[in-house]
Amino acid sequence: MAARLVVSRWAAAPVAARAGPLVTCRRWSGAAADTVYDVVVSGGGLVGAAMACALGYDIHFRDKKILLIEAGPKKVLEKLSETYSNRVSSISPGSATLLSSFGAWDHICNMRYRAFRRMQVWDACSEALIMFDKDNLDDMGYIVENDVIMHALTRQLEAVSDRVTVLYRSKAVSYTWPCPFLMADSSPWVQITLGDGSTLQTKLLIGADGHNSGVRQAAGIPNVSWNYDQSAVVATLHLSEATENNVAWQRFLPSGPIALLPLSDTLSSLVWSTSHEHAAELVRMDEEQFVDAVNSAFWSDANHTDFVDSAGSLLQHALALLRPTKVSARQLPPSVARVDAKSRVLFPLGWGHAAEYVRPRVALIGDAAHRVHPLAGQGVNMGFGDISSLVHHLSSAAFNGRDLGSMSHLTGYETERQRHNTALLAATDLLKRLYSTRATPLVLLRTWGLQATNAVSPLKGQIMAFASK
Amino acid sequence: MSGGHKLSGSGIRFLGVLGSGCREAPAHRLRLTWAVNQPDWTLQIKPWIFNKYRTIWSRSYGVTFSCLNRMKRPPWMRLYSTSQTTIDSSEVKTFQALAHKWWDEQGVYAPLHSMNDLRVPFIRDNLLKAVDDHQPGKPLSGMKILDVGCGGGLLAEPLGRLGASVIGIDPVDENIKTAQHHKSFDPVLDKRLEYRACSLEEIVEETIGTFDAVIASEVVEHVIDLETFIQCCCQVLKPGGSLFITTINKTQLSYALGIVFSEQIAGIVPKGTHTWEKFVSPEKLESILESNGLSLQTVAGMLYNPFSGYWHWSENTSLNYAAHAVKSMVQEHPGSAEFVLKEDTEELQANTSPSPGVPEELKK
Repeated sequence: MAARLVVSRWAAAPVAARAGPLVTCRRWSGAAADTVYDVVVSGGGLVGAAMACALGYDIHFRDKKILLIEAGPKKVLEKLSETYSNRVSSISPGSATLLSSFGAWDHICNMRYRAFRRMQVWDACSEALIMFDKDNLDDMGYIVENDVIMHALTRQLEAVSDRVTVLYRSKAVSYTWPCPFLMADSSPWVQITLGDGSTLQTKLLIGADGHNSGVRQAAGIPNVSWNYDQSAVVATLHLSEATENNVAWQRFLPSGPIALLPLSDTLSSLVWSTSHEHAAELVRMDEEQFVDAVNSAFWSDANHTDFVDSAGSLLQHALALLRPTKVSARQLPPSVARVDAKSRVLFPLGWGHAAEYVRPRVALIGDAAHRVHPLAGQGVNMGFGDISSLVHHLSSAAFNGRDLGSMSHLTGYETERQRHNTALLAATDLLKRLYSTRATPLVLLRTWGLQATNAVSPLKGQIMAFASK
Repeated sequence: MSGGHKLSGSGIRFLGVLGSGCREAPAHRLRLTWAVNQPDWTLQIKPWIFNKYRTIWSRSYGVTFSCLNRMKRPPWMRLYSTSQTTIDSSEVKTFQALAHKWWDEQGVYAPLHSMNDLRVPFIRDNLLKAVDDHQPGKPLSGMKILDVGCGGGLLAEPLGRLGASVIGIDPVDENIKTAQHHKSFDPVLDKRLEYRACSLEEIVEETIGTFDAVIASEVVEHVIDLETFIQCCCQVLKPGGSLFITTINKTQLSYALGIVFSEQIAGIVPKGTHTWEKFVSPEKLESILESNGLSLQTVAGMLYNPFSGYWHWSENTSLNYAAHAVKSMVQEHPGSAEFVLKEDTEELQANTSPSPGVPEELKK
């Protein structure tokens, strides 16, 4: 018995450390009028709304009460506008599977989206390039406007309004955590106070409220983050001539990557990450100058050096000897003719990762748990991956009659996703830093590295598989 | 140790070793008679003897069996529930502190919490086999279940969340209070669960033939008169209803691991919780079930990994095992049940499809 007590004290220490900040446990004072929800999702963005949808359509959640709290107004899209929105996301096949599991993908297909089949990524400082495509030219991913995704999710949420309640224009201002041990008069649920003063209780709180997550801060979960000295400029561009436009282009300039994502036969979306000053200048300059800047960013070879060029072609010849059939000539992206008026916007970039994704009765998903550079197009896909994993764990917990806020299945979700996300976050940060320099040794290293990776098809296949989960 | 109610740690270990080391029956009886003459000292110090003492005491009061000594109850809890004269206010505080341990998932009852990962799917899947379709979200809705020896409600709550109406009974008041307190915060469970502090015998008359399922999990190894217990379980079941039992087998291995290792060495189970003599083997259980009109459908072994804290299904039933028995559809006197039973079991064997994760051992 004594041995057991010692063991449980050891075990209790890390558990207590994870029990949240030491707040005085509030009394259960006539709060019986509070509705007790099974799950509350705080934050109604792409990831939060998709989470609420996925739970609402899950077969084992038919008996449960789910609430989604969104600070903004309900976005109603009566008619799809002619002009494309400038905020788009690259949706991986895995994310598309998730969206179709609750019927949102059908709405997206009925509105608009663009599949791309090839991706070319190349360096501004050398000839090195890497070309991704699937064996039989299947769709590698889809470019969808964020508004379209949001509208599809809203429609699906309306369809299950008996199970999922959505509160628009509501913001949670404070959270009260339950005590680790059940004491008399203290509620075991999480209590949420909204901006209008009303309170509600929930067995599980899911934080999907973005990289400045209120849930994460209130729970006291430590977060590692830093701001990049880069901002991203987005715009909608008109191409000079209509093309098949099913290729995604990305070039690594020393100031940051510039990407062209297909939207239609004549339109593409621009995502250009560059220094804060240059980004502000790009947004300010007039349209002609902007179009010239974009075209020269993709086409100009000003950053090439002879040394690196010859070293690169040396390796290229060596690889060609080994694999004579593979020829990857550098292709040039389509030229840009015009930019949509008022479609140029900039936003700052940063990196962030929460030390823990779960606490008793709390889970973080999406940007609340991790924030990444857009160079790999993985931000929202990681969020959708979090949703798939968490819904899977919650669904089997519900079918086993478990308390939804119990750590046993929440830690299963955390382990699964941390393994995947940490690797991806580290890789994107590494790539960003590696490609932010003009220093010759690093340029040489990355040139050879890129060429070698391009030559090894199984490796490329692994990278694509990892990114499309 | 004069007059003190609290047992020192070394005292417990010493007595524990003595108790489990003595497997000879005569020595037990000797100590027993001696104990009867000196009640106070016995109650305070010798928990394993107290077990037998209480049997004699309760027999003399006409109660032929009792759901005694849950796996979860430490020695001094028994003091409170039977002896009125030795209540100490500090002991009362200890009881309250311990009663709350039920719902500490990393505490003393952690193995029972993680056993839910096996027993809830076992019960759920076997009950769903008997119905044609079920409501998604609350698959067990419409079913009435009796949880005998429910303790703090660890098993009743998951079943309630799956839609069943559960009545949980336990002879210890504190357990019922803890269970009621815990369910009171959840409005859905509050309506579906009902707890009563009583014994099975007390509710037999009013609940004859009303339950779809009776669950006696970690109970039959603490019961004095297993025959009567099973008989009462059978009486409250509807025809065709299910009886679920999880208990410990009576083998050399269960003595070595279940008592010596779990209680004395590793402290997984509080000392004095179990008595090896009262463990029930599947064969003995089956014979008692058959003689009461219940046919054994499934026996599956369970293994606990103390390092990971998880249970696993196993082919080996020499430690813990789970059993599922079904009451025959035809009401028969126990004596002439065998003819009908054989036919029913053949029918059920034909209809029963093996459930995915559970190895089946049809004993015929």
